[in-house]
Amino acid sequence: MTLTLALVQILNGLQFGLILFLIAAGLTLVFGVMDFINLAHGVQYMVGAYFVAAFTAMTGGFFTGLALALPAALIFGLLLELLIFRHLYDRDHLDQVLATFGVIIFLNQAVKFVWGAAPLNVPIPDALSGAIEITDGLLYPVWRLIIIAVGLLVGLALYLVVNKTKLGMLVRAGASNAPIVSALGVNIRLLFTIVFGVGAMLAGFAGAMIAPILSVEPGMGDNVLILAFVVIVIGGIGSIRGAFIAALLIGLVDTLGRFFAPTLLRALLDPSAASQTGRAIAPMLIYILMAAVLFFRPSGLFPAKK
Amino acid sequence: MNNLVDLDAAPALATPTRARRTRILPVIIFAAFALVPLALLLGPQSYVLAVVTRIMILALGAMSLDLLIGYGAMISFGHAAFVGLGAYSVAILASHGITDGFVQLAVALATSLIFALFTGAISLRTKGVYFIMITLAFGQMLFFLTTSLAAYGGDDGLTLAARSTFFSLKFMKNDLAMYYVTFGTLLGAYLLLRAIVASRFGRVLRGIRENPVRMEAIGFAPYRYQLTAYVIAGLIAGGSGFLLANQTEFVSPAYTAWQRSGELIFVLVLGGLGSLHGAILGAAAFTLLADILSHYTENWAMIFGPILILVVLFVRGGINGLFGGKP
Repeated sequence: MTLTLALVQILNGLQFGLILFLIAAGLTLVFGVMDFINLAHGVQYMVGAYFVAAFTAMTGGFFTGLALALPAALIFGLLLELLIFRHLYDRDHLDQVLATFGVIIFLNQAVKFVWGAAPLNVPIPDALSGAIEITDGLLYPVWRLIIIAVGLLVGLALYLVVNKTKLGMLVRAGASNAPIVSALGVNIRLLFTIVFGVGAMLAGFAGAMIAPILSVEPGMGDNVLILAFVVIVIGGIGSIRGAFIAALLIGLVDTLGRFFAPTLLRALLDPSAASQTGRAIAPMLIYILMAAVLFFRPSGLFPAKK
Repeated sequence: MNNLVDLDAAPALATPTRARRTRILPVIIFAAFALVPLALLLGPQSYVLAVVTRIMILALGAMSLDLLIGYGAMISFGHAAFVGLGAYSVAILASHGITDGFVQLAVALATSLIFALFTGAISLRTKGVYFIMITLAFGQMLFFLTTSLAAYGGDDGLTLAARSTFFSLKFMKNDLAMYYVTFGTLLGAYLLLRAIVASRFGRVLRGIRENPVRMEAIGFAPYRYQLTAYVIAGLIAGGSGFLLANQTEFVSPAYTAWQRSGELIFVLVLGGLGSLHGAILGAAAFTLLADILSHYTENWAMIFGPILILVVLFVRGGINGLFGGKP
């Protein structure tokens, strides 16, 4: 019984971790290549979810909705880059943090203005709405398994692109030393626009995939954004591999922590105090983990800059 | 050759007036705050008093952050945690019947001190972006701690039964008294920070901001100075939390949310970094703008966000810069 429950929690943790990876992948590259802190990356996730909700309602099918939402998220991201972010690359981190904070304030209100404050629901596609039996008595929703599969596929694809192609080589070089890459005759602005667009689309994709199991609402990107930052800081800024490992780590620690902290504490404290303390400690675990990692390795686990 | 002379002469001529202006502006600001209640004797006093009190409390938090960002180049993205600590100290003690202001303030400052020492000691090992992120992480830790305080309202927050008492007197209950307590605290904090910034300690801190390696080479250990500044800023922000809880008679986890830390930075940059009184100008502009815009439309954030972006992109030196103040 406990084992099955633990397995479910591990799967949930993996699914959460992979969603975080989809968001963090773009963030870490943008950060690594251009040294640009983009707080507005979280709203990209929210906008992706809203797009899929809107297009699904419009076309009647989730997959047609998704097919329209992805390019829309890409265009939206590039538009933001063109209008605002482009003017911030040469600024210091303080300016970047503030201006992108302004983008968050605006967009959180703008989605409320356009789609209303009430959460939107996106139905899971009929064919994939069931659950399958993994082991005896363990039913797990198909949609969550699909998120895990898609997340792993995207991770693999990114790994191949970053490590086996010329574009990937340039991205890695850009993350470790952008000025030199630029001096060697590479159009770093164009490279960056590509990286930014792909990153924005991946975050939008994460939002679209999660939309059927979460409610789509204003501000949904804010907390995810902070978690994505925790991921890239633990993983080391600019490193896809670091982001992948750290995302899974955060996903598992957070999910399992919330589940097991009260149970484990019960051995030390009486039940009500244990569940109380457990619930207090669980959400703090990942931040404690981050502080610990930075204490011992101030540049994260896999820093891209040497 | 002529050019060189001109370049040298221009700042020399400009300096005296500029220096006078930066000295006069804070005096004007504080005089205005001191006189606001008198000017309102005939008007809708309680509402305006509450707004101006809010401005001063926000200014106190932002001003303490100025010591870190403006003078120490330590961009803390978790400063709202201290405001939350101060506010929750008041509310939790009050819920147990301890309304004595001195006890509450002592607890607020003590918890801020401990939190600042602990988080500062770890955070200051990191630099640049990592410092921003780790202070953010500590802020989030406190946020989740406050949401899990089921006995003290959890997510919903906690209403204060009564404002703090001093010598068993309930004079803080009076909005005018509350106003002048806040005014006195702000003035005191301003003079204290002014003295700190001008002292040897402040000069070392600014030296570290400009070039930590060089400061280390001439015999100063940056870490200690930065940690001391971090603790001072935390204490003042904790004090602003004490006032905030008293003014709103309510505390909630939202006080410690990362968006609040972002707001503090915004207020500071809007007013002008590295001048101390810039934080007051920023707090006034921020609060009044939000108040006025929210009168006209519920979607005021859609106007507010772009204003923030435009300020960052085009207004260098903030409002203080417009008045000719220099950072």
